[in-house]
Amino acid sequence: MGLLEINKSLKIPSGVKKIVLAGNPNVGKSVFFNALTNRYVDVSNFPGTTVDISHGSLGKDILIDTPGIYGVSSFNDEEKVARDVIIQADIVINIVDALHLERDLFLTQQIIDMGLPMVVSLNMMDEAIKNGVKIDIEILEEELGVPIIPSVAIEGKGIEEIRDALQRARPGKKVPYIDALLKPVSPFFSNVGEALLYLEDDPLIEAPFLLSAKAGSQEEIYMQRRIRVNEIMEMAIRETTVGASLSARLGQLMLQPFPGIPLLFISLLAMYYFIGVFIAQIVVDFTEGVVMENYYCPFMENIVGRVFSPDSLLGYILAGEYGVLTLTVVYLVGLLLPLVAGFYFSLSIMEDSGYLPRIATLTDRLMVKLGLNGRAIIPIILGLGCVTMAAITTRLLGSKRERIIATALLGIAIPCSAQLGVIFGMVAPLGISYLFLYLAVIIGVFMLLGLIMARVLPGRSTDLLIDLPPLRLPQLKNVLKKTYHRTGHFIKEASPLFALGALLISLLNISGSLHTIQNFLRPLITGWMRLPPEAATAFIMGIVRRDFGAAGLYSLNMNTGQTLVSLVAITLFVPCIASVLVIFKERGIKDGLLIWVGSFLTAFLVGGWLALFMV
Amino acid sequence: MTLAQAIKGEKLIIRSIDDSEMRMKAIRFGVMEGAEVICAEKLPRGPVIIRRGRQELAVGHGLAQNITVERVAKI
Repeated sequence: MGLLEINKSLKIPSGVKKIVLAGNPNVGKSVFFNALTNRYVDVSNFPGTTVDISHGSLGKDILIDTPGIYGVSSFNDEEKVARDVIIQADIVINIVDALHLERDLFLTQQIIDMGLPMVVSLNMMDEAIKNGVKIDIEILEEELGVPIIPSVAIEGKGIEEIRDALQRARPGKKVPYIDALLKPVSPFFSNVGEALLYLEDDPLIEAPFLLSAKAGSQEEIYMQRRIRVNEIMEMAIRETTVGASLSARLGQLMLQPFPGIPLLFISLLAMYYFIGVFIAQIVVDFTEGVVMENYYCPFMENIVGRVFSPDSLLGYILAGEYGVLTLTVVYLVGLLLPLVAGFYFSLSIMEDSGYLPRIATLTDRLMVKLGLNGRAIIPIILGLGCVTMAAITTRLLGSKRERIIATALLGIAIPCSAQLGVIFGMVAPLGISYLFLYLAVIIGVFMLLGLIMARVLPGRSTDLLIDLPPLRLPQLKNVLKKTYHRTGHFIKEASPLFALGALLISLLNISGSLHTIQNFLRPLITGWMRLPPEAATAFIMGIVRRDFGAAGLYSLNMNTGQTLVSLVAITLFVPCIASVLVIFKERGIKDGLLIWVGSFLTAFLVGGWLALFMV
Repeated sequence: MTLAQAIKGEKLIIRSIDDSEMRMKAIRFGVMEGAEVICAEKLPRGPVIIRRGRQELAVGHGLAQNITVERVAKI
C-alpha cells in the first residue's frame, strides 16, 4: 500500500501550490470549499474506495477538499485518502469547530507536528458564543503558532479573511516531546510529515535502511499530543457555562430507548412515505413508465433495429428482452436512479443533522448479537433501497467478518425497494395478518441468519466507538451536494455490472441454460413449495430483476397461502444479477458463491417449511 | 470496575483501555488513561455514552467491558 501521488491522480501540474482543506467531520469544510473555489470543480474517486475528492482553483493555486477525519492515520479509507492528500500539501487550511475544540485540536496539533504551513479557521463562532464558550484567540494563536481566523462560514463570515491569511500561513509549534523524537529521524525522510507518520507506526511509511522496522511510539506520541492539547485548552478557553441547550437535551432523548425507539420508527416511517410512496410511485411511474417505456425504449429499439435484425444475436443482446441498451438503462435510470437518490438524500439528512450516529448507538445492542456493530445499520437501511448500493457501502465496516455478515444479510434477507413495492402490493389485499406474518418470517430469517453467522464465522467483530456530534439543522445545499456525488458514484460503479448482468442473462437464455435451470427448479417449486408450475418463470426473472420476480407472481392464480409462500421465497431468493456481481467483486468468488447458494437454499427451505402449514 | 458497570450520572476516571486500536482512537477524542469522564447515558446492555467537556462518545458494550474505570463521585 503506497502513497497515492496527488499531482498525478488529480492531474495537477507540478509547480502549482496545493492548498488542502482538512478538518473533523461536519465542521463546514465544504462551505469553505464552495466559497473559495470558482465554478470549475473536479471530483475524483480514489481507487478502491468510495471516497471522492473535490478540487478546484483558488487564484493561481489548487484547493483540495478532504474527507472529515479525527486524525491523520489509517484506521479507515477516509483517513487513508485524507492522509495521502495532507502529507503532500503545500499549505493546509484546518477548519475547526469552535464548540468542539477538545476534539478538533488533536488533528490541528497533529498537522502542526507534521511541519506543514497552515492557517486555522475557528468556525461556528456564533454557536460557541451562544453556549457561553469564550475563546482567547490571541493565546490560541500564540500557543499553536499559526494564524487563527474566527468564522461563521454558513453566514459567509471569515471566508475572505482566510484567503488573505494564506500568505501568513506558517508551520506551528510542535509538541516539544514529539519534536525531540523527530529531530534524529527526520533526515531519513523526504519531509517531516513522513517522519512523523513513521514514528506513529503508520503502515504507509516503510522504515528506511538503518532505522528499526517499527518505531513503536504511536501511543506515547498520541498521549503527549493529547496532554498538550488539553493544556492549550485550559489556557485559551476562559469560561464555560455548560448549560444543557435544547439540541443537547434532544440529542440525549434520542438515545434513550424511550422515546428513542418510537422516534426511530417515526423517522423510518417518514422515510418510507418519502421514498416508498412519493419516489417509488409518483416519480418512478414517470421516469420508468413514461420516459423510459414510451420514449426511450421504442427509440432505442428503432435505432438498433436499423443496424441489426431483432432476431439476430446482437440485436437480441442489445435491445431484446434483457437488452443491454434497453432493460439495463430502464432499470438503472428509470427505476434505481430516483430510488437511490432518495435514499442518499435521506441518509445525508440523518448524517448532517447528527442523527445517524445516534441511530447506530440505539441499534448497537441488536447488531452486536448479529456479529456486527451499530454502524452496520447504514448498509442495512440502504439495502432496503438497493442491495447493490448497500453491498458497496459494507466497505465502511471495521473487519472482514463484519463485511461478510452484512453482505450475506443483504443478499439473502433484505428485500430492495423495487421488490418491496410489488410485494406490499400483493400482500396488502390478503389482510393485515398476512402482512405481519410476512414481516415476521423475513425478520425472523434475518435475525436467525445473523445469530448463526455470528457464532460460526471465525474472528472478532469490532466494537462501537463513535463521536456523538451536537444536533444541527442540516444545510440543504450540502445535503444535495452529497446526494449528487453519492448517487453519481453509485451509477458509475454499478452501470457496467448491470450491463454485464443483462448480457449474461441474454446469453443464458440463447444457449437454453435458462430453460434448464427452470426445469431444475420446477419440482422444487411444485412439489416442495406447492406452488403452480408457472411460478418457476417468476423465480428465473427474479435472477434478473428482483421486482420482475415478484411481479411475475402477480398474474398467477394462487390461493392466499400460496401467495404468502411464494412472496417469502422470492424475497429470500438470490439478489438481482447486478447485486450478485457486486458481491463477487467485493467479497471474492468463494464468499460470493456461498452467499448465492445460501440464498437459494434459504429461499426453498423457508418456503417449503412455510408451505407445510400454509398450503 | 469496568465502564460497562457504570451508572448514569457517575463521574469516573479511566484507568485502562484494553484494546490498542481503540485506545488510540479514544485518545483522539480526549479520552485516555487518567481522564475524568461522566457517564451521560447507559443503554440497557448496550452502549455507554461518556461525556468529557462537550465531547460525547458512544462506547459499545463489548469495548466498555474492556475499559477499567474508577468511580469518583455521583452527581
